[in-house]
Amino acid sequence: MADATTQQHPLRTYFVVWGALFILSVFSYLVDVSPLEGFAKWSLITLFMLLKAGLIVSIFMHMVWERSSIALPILLPTGVLLFLMLLMLLEGDYIHSTRLAFFGS
Amino acid sequence: MVSDWSSDQQAFKGVPWGKAMMWIFLLSDTFIFACFLVGYMKVRITTTAPWPDASSVFALTAFGVKVPLLLIAIMTFILISSSGTMALAVKYGYQKDRNKTFVLLMITALLGLSFVGMQAFEWMKLIEDGVRPWENPFGAAQFGSSFFLITGFHGTHVSIGVIFLTIIAFKVKRGSLEDGRPGFLTGRKGRYEMVETVGLYWHFVDLVWVFIFAFFYLW
Repeated sequence: MADATTQQHPLRTYFVVWGALFILSVFSYLVDVSPLEGFAKWSLITLFMLLKAGLIVSIFMHMVWERSSIALPILLPTGVLLFLMLLMLLEGDYIHSTRLAFFGS
Repeated sequence: MVSDWSSDQQAFKGVPWGKAMMWIFLLSDTFIFACFLVGYMKVRITTTAPWPDASSVFALTAFGVKVPLLLIAIMTFILISSSGTMALAVKYGYQKDRNKTFVLLMITALLGLSFVGMQAFEWMKLIEDGVRPWENPFGAAQFGSSFFLITGFHGTHVSIGVIFLTIIAFKVKRGSLEDGRPGFLTGRKGRYEMVETVGLYWHFVDLVWVFIFAFFYLW
């Protein structure tokens, strides 16, 4: 309980995460300048992005040390957004094909 | 989680209410940014005009060489650095090390300020290049509207964060948090959790940038 109110973690943890964030950023930049295209590029960018986001939320924002009663109500609703993204992806494809059919080009 | 929530006392045990409320605010902010990014995804999918190539639109010429995304990369590293100093500030805050916390908070605020400055420069450059919310010379018109909306909203968040960081930094410096002095506006007693709460906001701003960087600039 005590560590939930006052977050105290070794300095090393922060420096390791900090370094990892830098390295992941360099990687995602390298992916962009590299000749990689299509699926390989997108999946690598997404992978590095999710790793960075996970590190920030879990370590810098101390989510791994929080009780599940606060962690789950914050993290679970964001899953709904994935569903919204999926819906819009399907809808977007449909609109795109309709536009191509009616406006040409 | 179920036992905490059904315990008839407080649901968020061991979490100061300021921090719990900040988390809930951040959740709502997540939804706002997610709607922007999903909207951006949708206009990008549906447009029939070619989408501008971000790497070349945001390229800068340094020492006679055209480097793609140079400014964006620097901005990314600045924001990550500020996140690191923020995390350290929270740690030293809980150790009640006032000087270190003050210095780290001010470094964080300065890095944030330089980020906003670079973003202003980027906006000026793009406006000079003829990018407008309704049209641009590189391709699909939706590029401009998504760009100004998303980066503008994010930049506003960074600016507000800089203001809050500065306020908290001076509260730490003069010992308001140590003595539990009530604040000027809210009358809330100063506590070191405030450093962590403003830290949560700042890390969130960095988190949003991670997604913008990936989806808008790299994708």
